Amino acid sequence: MDTILEAKHIHKAYANHKALNDVSISVPRGSVFGLLGPNGAGKTTLIRNINQITAPDSGEIWFDGERLQPKHIEQIGYLPEERGLYKKMKVGEQAMYLAQLKGLTEKQAMTKLKEWFVKFNIENWWDKKVEELSKGMAQKVQFIVTILHDPKLLIFDEPFSGFDPVNVELLKSEMMKLRDNGTSIIFSTHNMASVEELCDNIALINKSEVVLSGNVKEIQRQYRNHTYSLTYEGQEVNLQPLLPQGFEVLSSKPHKHHGFNSVKIQIPADSKINNLLTELVKHVEVTGIQETLPSMNDIFIKTVTK
Amino acid sequence: MKSKILLIIRREYMTRVKKKSFIIMTILGPVLFASLAIIPVFLMKVSSSKETVAVVDESHIFYNRLENSEKLVFTNVENIDEAKEQLKKGTYDLVLHIEKADSDKANPVALFYNKKQPGMDPISAIQKQLQDVLQNKLLMQTYHITTEDYNKIKAVRIDVKAQDVRTGEESSTAIKTGIGFISGILLFMFVVMFCTQVMQGVIEEKSNRIIEVIVSSVKPFQIMMGKIVGIAMVGLTQFVLWIVLTFGLVFVVGTAMASKFTQTEITQSMNIGTMVDPEVAGQIETTALIEKMLSGVGNIDFTLIIIMFFIYFIGGYLLYAALYAAVGSAVDSEADTQQFMAPLMTPLMIGYIAALMLVGNPHGTAAFWLSIIPFTSPMVMMMRVGFGVPAWELALSIGLLIAGFMFTTWLAAKIYRVGILMYGKKVNYKELWKWLRY
Repeated sequence: MDTILEAKHIHKAYANHKALNDVSISVPRGSVFGLLGPNGAGKTTLIRNINQITAPDSGEIWFDGERLQPKHIEQIGYLPEERGLYKKMKVGEQAMYLAQLKGLTEKQAMTKLKEWFVKFNIENWWDKKVEELSKGMAQKVQFIVTILHDPKLLIFDEPFSGFDPVNVELLKSEMMKLRDNGTSIIFSTHNMASVEELCDNIALINKSEVVLSGNVKEIQRQYRNHTYSLTYEGQEVNLQPLLPQGFEVLSSKPHKHHGFNSVKIQIPADSKINNLLTELVKHVEVTGIQETLPSMNDIFIKTVTK
Repeated sequence: MKSKILLIIRREYMTRVKKKSFIIMTILGPVLFASLAIIPVFLMKVSSSKETVAVVDESHIFYNRLENSEKLVFTNVENIDEAKEQLKKGTYDLVLHIEKADSDKANPVALFYNKKQPGMDPISAIQKQLQDVLQNKLLMQTYHITTEDYNKIKAVRIDVKAQDVRTGEESSTAIKTGIGFISGILLFMFVVMFCTQVMQGVIEEKSNRIIEVIVSSVKPFQIMMGKIVGIAMVGLTQFVLWIVLTFGLVFVVGTAMASKFTQTEITQSMNIGTMVDPEVAGQIETTALIEKMLSGVGNIDFTLIIIMFFIYFIGGYLLYAALYAAVGSAVDSEADTQQFMAPLMTPLMIGYIAALMLVGNPHGTAAFWLSIIPFTSPMVMMMRVGFGVPAWELALSIGLLIAGFMFTTWLAAKIYRVGILMYGKKVNYKELWKWLRY
């Protein structure tokens, strides 16, 4: 697989604790990579190593087929979790400054900023001071500045904190557009619902080590607990006594007005969905069935508390 | 990469120069400096209110011997009780009661006032007049010396002129002392003022969390140096503007005042300004003295002093600015800086106080060493420069200052790069020591 970023066996220790212990991740090009883990697990340290803010004690980081070098800074965009702006500076001036620090010329920065300000409908903020903006507004400006220089790799650390739902959607759709255009994204968050929605691959870091990594769908399948949700028509039936040994009804709920019932059933690991159906059709009119994969939230908690 | 540090310098410079406080300080500074020179003259003019003094002289020595002046008018009154009554009514401002003296002793004198206590000026003026009268009486009656002879004796004066043996140039030690004094103080003020700005800037970036954004595109060292250099340029801008505006203002107001007040009034006020004992110098002598001083000014190498001021301002500023930046990076808010400020302020204060105290002995051992050691050298060497310092001493001092700020910058950078990304940690010296070894 074509990878944009590969970290191999990264070790990083501070005076009295190990921040990263033999951490390896591989981010496929053009995908969204979720970097998960509880607070203090080492995510920020890893991100800082990728951004060359600090260097690892040992291990290698490869970016776009090369060893990570200072010149790569301009090909990476980073939106840190703890982010801010100069309060007394005007929005436009500040955006220009930050864009130029990322290597854009004054002219390029101006054209692109105008474009994005129109896109996000914030053109009239250009001459406002940052202290006049709400937190969400400032976040929009920061988002723009992060992606403005068309980086090959974007790193978002808790990008949605402080946004209202409307702007979260706006941001998500922009992220998806960026990904579809070939940008790779590392996305660090605690919000597991957004992981399922956005991420293709993840790495879960706990206590300085990668404890789980891979494709989201595969991980969910790996953690499957053989649970199916199904609906059937007619009167509610107590299914538990009718099913064979090992099959367990987890929940059952009639929807009287709509004339159907929904049930969750867990089957033995060595059984198949067809076995369940064969048993069920004897008793009820099945209208739909689907496997319920464990949520990333469950997997996260299960892995971290293990 | 180089252009990025320029971007940072430009931002640091532009945001500060455009601030209202900078513009206000730039305009207000010269007004303050100029008023230091002008206000004494002005006060002399406006404070000339007349006070009527009723004199009750029981010894009859002083009657008609007290001379009226611009500020004091003496009236003879026979009865002390009556005089006090009139004082209460407001006819007189003061009542001077001179009692008879026993034999050779001085007369007991009391000065009565009604609510408004007189200041030092009228009291010392009266005291001086009384003393003169007594002295004259004593001289004539006991030693048979006439007033004229006495004045001749008093007028005998000797001036010691400091003269350069090589150039034969004369220059005024008083002026050089003044320049040494002022440049030492100014340098201290400037270094503290702009170093504090560096520290506040670092704290602002850290508490804003913008540092996280910037540090992903620029190296911490570049951010720190960009800030330090940018603020140094703000300092130099302000300094140059102050010089230009101050001289302009003093010139304009001085010209205006010269036409309004007589030369004597201006020199009188300068007496006060320069702390020359007004008693010894008559008005004409003072004018001569001032003229001499001004001719001495011409012999002072101002170019050297100004160049040295720039060098020592920049050197001293760089030496301390890096350390101030390190302190700013280590804390979360300005309130936490106190524990680190003492070790920074102490050497600065030592230099400042030494510059003031050693101005009388600018070539002594203490002055020499303190002007060589980088942490105190900016203030102390500036004090010495006007008096003529051997080239090798200047070279050594400047060389050590450069080495000093390279060392502090290196040290500070190590603390800074760790500190700016460290939040919510109560930092102490042990912690800083750890950061140095990361």
